[in-house]
Amino acid sequence: MQFMLLFSRQGKLRLQKWYVPLSDKERKKISRDLVQTILARKPKMCSFLEWRDLKIVYKRYASLYFCCAVEDQDNELITLEIIHRYVELLDKYFGSVCELDIIFNFEKAYFILDEFLLGGEAQETSKKNVLKAIEQADLLQENTFSSGMRC
Amino acid sequence: MPAPIRLRELIRTIRTARTQAEEREMIQKECAAIRSSFREEDNTYRCRNVAKLLYMHMLGYPAHFGQLECLKLIASQKFTDKRIGYLGAMLLLDERQDVHLLMTNCIKNDLNHSTQYVQGLALCTLGCMGSSEMCRDLAGEVEKLLKTSNSYLRKKAALCAVHVIRKVPELMEMFLPATKNLLSEKNHGVLHTSVVLLTEMCERSPDMLAHFRKNEKLVPQLVRILKNLIMSGYSPEHDVSGISDPFLQVRILRLLRILGKSDDDSSEAMNDILAQVATNTETSKNVGNAILYETVLTIMDIKSESGLRVLAINILGRFLLNNDKNIRYVALTSLLKTVQTDHNAVQRHRSTIVDCLKDLDVSIKRRAMELSFALVNGNNIRGMMKELLYFLDSCDPEFKADCASGVFLAAEKYAPSKRWHIDTIMRVLTTAGSYVRDDSVPNLIQLITNSVEMHAYTVQRLYKALLDDISQQPLVQVASWCIGEYGDLLVSGQCEEEEPIQVTEDEVLDVLEGLLVSNLSTPVTRGYALTAIMKLSTRFSSVNRIKKVVSIYGSSIDVELQQRAVEYNALFKKYDHMRPALLERMPIMEKTATNGPTEIVQTNGETEPSVVESKHPPPVTQPTNQANDLLDLLGGNDVVPVIQTTMPTKPASAGGELLDLLGDLSLSGGPPPAPAPSVPTSQPSFLLDGLSSQPLFNDIAAAGIPPMTAYNKNGLKIDFTFERANPNPNIAVITIHASNSTEADMTDFVFQAAVPKTFQLQLLSPSSNVVPALNQGTVTQVIRVLNPQKQQLRMRIKLTYTLKGSAVQDLAEVNNFPPQSWQ
Repeated sequence: MQFMLLFSRQGKLRLQKWYVPLSDKERKKISRDLVQTILARKPKMCSFLEWRDLKIVYKRYASLYFCCAVEDQDNELITLEIIHRYVELLDKYFGSVCELDIIFNFEKAYFILDEFLLGGEAQETSKKNVLKAIEQADLLQENTFSSGMRC
Repeated sequence: MPAPIRLRELIRTIRTARTQAEEREMIQKECAAIRSSFREEDNTYRCRNVAKLLYMHMLGYPAHFGQLECLKLIASQKFTDKRIGYLGAMLLLDERQDVHLLMTNCIKNDLNHSTQYVQGLALCTLGCMGSSEMCRDLAGEVEKLLKTSNSYLRKKAALCAVHVIRKVPELMEMFLPATKNLLSEKNHGVLHTSVVLLTEMCERSPDMLAHFRKNEKLVPQLVRILKNLIMSGYSPEHDVSGISDPFLQVRILRLLRILGKSDDDSSEAMNDILAQVATNTETSKNVGNAILYETVLTIMDIKSESGLRVLAINILGRFLLNNDKNIRYVALTSLLKTVQTDHNAVQRHRSTIVDCLKDLDVSIKRRAMELSFALVNGNNIRGMMKELLYFLDSCDPEFKADCASGVFLAAEKYAPSKRWHIDTIMRVLTTAGSYVRDDSVPNLIQLITNSVEMHAYTVQRLYKALLDDISQQPLVQVASWCIGEYGDLLVSGQCEEEEPIQVTEDEVLDVLEGLLVSNLSTPVTRGYALTAIMKLSTRFSSVNRIKKVVSIYGSSIDVELQQRAVEYNALFKKYDHMRPALLERMPIMEKTATNGPTEIVQTNGETEPSVVESKHPPPVTQPTNQANDLLDLLGGNDVVPVIQTTMPTKPASAGGELLDLLGDLSLSGGPPPAPAPSVPTSQPSFLLDGLSSQPLFNDIAAAGIPPMTAYNKNGLKIDFTFERANPNPNIAVITIHASNSTEADMTDFVFQAAVPKTFQLQLLSPSSNVVPALNQGTVTQVIRVLNPQKQQLRMRIKLTYTLKGSAVQDLAEVNNFPPQSWQ
């Protein structure tokens, strides 16, 4: 995977994870253009498209679009499953996740993603294990000696 | 100083902003506060401030001033700080910035931290954005962690290693030992990441690939793991809709693909498991189909037995019928990849594929179109073309050009009859005429010319199409050309194929003149129209009207049009005797390679695109005199002069080179008429000098035709070397090599040649006009001779040059061509 973007139906970015080295300017341009392209697609169209020289896989969950750019050899259908797994993880963690959860707890969304994917590939295929790791890490955060200091 | 506001508080506040300007103001205020807090080196709230900065960065605001703060957070001992610090590094830093190198030491320490979650953070960050330098520095640590028994760290280390290998491929070797028992792990996370690591290594290095195949016996191991996944019962931890760990299954199948490719043994070893997966996987949900898809890709790529391949294609066929458009998309993509190798199997699904042309999704339509064209053959051409033409009618503009080209190609290859072919072309021109590619116009014209019996029918249909619509330029151009060429058939009222229409000469001229004045016509089209009108002067009786039109355009603002009109005018006046022959019906054209390089013929300083198979109209400008001179000198009815300077300049027209020279000037293919009777028809006298036919060069010319000396006198020697022109074997390509053994250079060197009537000759531009003295160099020039009747090649040459201030001129006949050059 080269990158993953989460954005709202108004085109506001809620999460951006880049697995390839690109400057801030390039990232902004790609995000802007790709978001426009996807938002312009009709609901009946398929989840895959070729954009520039990338394969794009995207799926809409409620008000959020989950969009991944994958390599040529990557299996599009399993990428859809990866996206779905991530949504399930968020759902389990936040309890019936909605866009607001991701807005107000964006750093947690990143932490969860980083326990699920690493360098663009899945590192853990067990839902249980990912959630367990996050739980433990959260506990560790709570127990740091400057206790109670929250972001 | 009050505590900086909390992250969630800030988010809430910013979201209350009603306008962009209001939001910007809030952001700026907060940024200022954060900046001053950073300046004060506040450790307590650094984490909070960076988190807020990251939020604002996501909204699109600059956050570079927080980069160093991220590093400070990473270096902190607090887990909270590290978490946000690493996140900030991944979001704000990229490897192009020098700052990120400062992380290396922190990461190194954290890789050895006592808490696995800290180690995890470090591995994650390194594996996500580590630069080559960082990877080089830290590869050792990663390798160490790859061997740990802690599966939480092991799986992360494996993916981190993948990143290191991608950045620094030379380091791949060092990870090899650690891979030894990766696959004996029970932990699925480790298994999955290990398979990814092994895949990366095998893809990058053929040596590694061979090693894993032979020494490690990877295939049996993978087959075993896959089998367990399929056979074992329900495992709640890894289950997805009844399938056990589909992610791992897919990765294993992908690695098997790489291992089995071009390797019989490996392919054989995985045959059974592939068949098992292909037949047993549940297809009701996307998960199952994802696995089937990967299986199909693997089966098609390895050396599988034919039964398995058919099974795979049938799976794709079933995919095509699936309601889920994603599945259909994936099926079409795969079929496109396999249509060449497993053509017959794919043919069985042709009707389903054709149905996909009507799909609503653009990507599916495009693939269905490409696949349809790949499946067209002699048997299904009629049916397929019907569908494809219907598609052409209704598809989006972005498809029309490709579809039109595809239709032309398919029609050319498999047309069941000439009439069908012409009809198909007409249909494309009338429905998608403006999307047709530029090079189609000359191709179509050539096609039409060669369908001799269809000329009347074709011109009639094109004429009728013009009456309907003159906006589509390719259609108009082809139509004008045809009317110019076959206008006589049009007005004669004869047509076998359909009801002939009654049309008068004036009506035809009305239409053509209409094209000239219409705003819809491009300059190129106008050129076609004018030339067509001119051609009709020998086919119609209303010559005066044509003369008038031509003379009007003699003062056209369009330079191209003006030039043509002026020259055509000249044809009416001074060269009227040449007009009938010049404007004769075109002969059947040879198919030329339109992709060949464009050669330039030197024309008194102007350059022209030249043509492989050449036609030779005498020019209407000054060079004609030269032509007559040569003719006078060489005399005889049996000689056709070849003039180097032939055509007046034309701009690049819509057609290819072939049409430029042939179509626009509508010149006859036949030789120009014999010169005026005043020229003596007696045998010309030449100075034949001792022509030796010994091959001069030891290296034999291409096609084994020996070179020869054509002329050798007064220090000037001219040798000919031969090769056959590709693709036309009737064309001999002769290269002349002129060398000068005298003490002084021969300047203003001009080589001219003439051949008998049955031949056609084309002279390309010479390498130079100066033949250096004392054999210090040669002037080369290429002659192309078309010899369709395979007659004995003879040539008369005229040489002019200046030597030591005086002009020298000589004539010679070349008779000693080796038989292979013209047989």
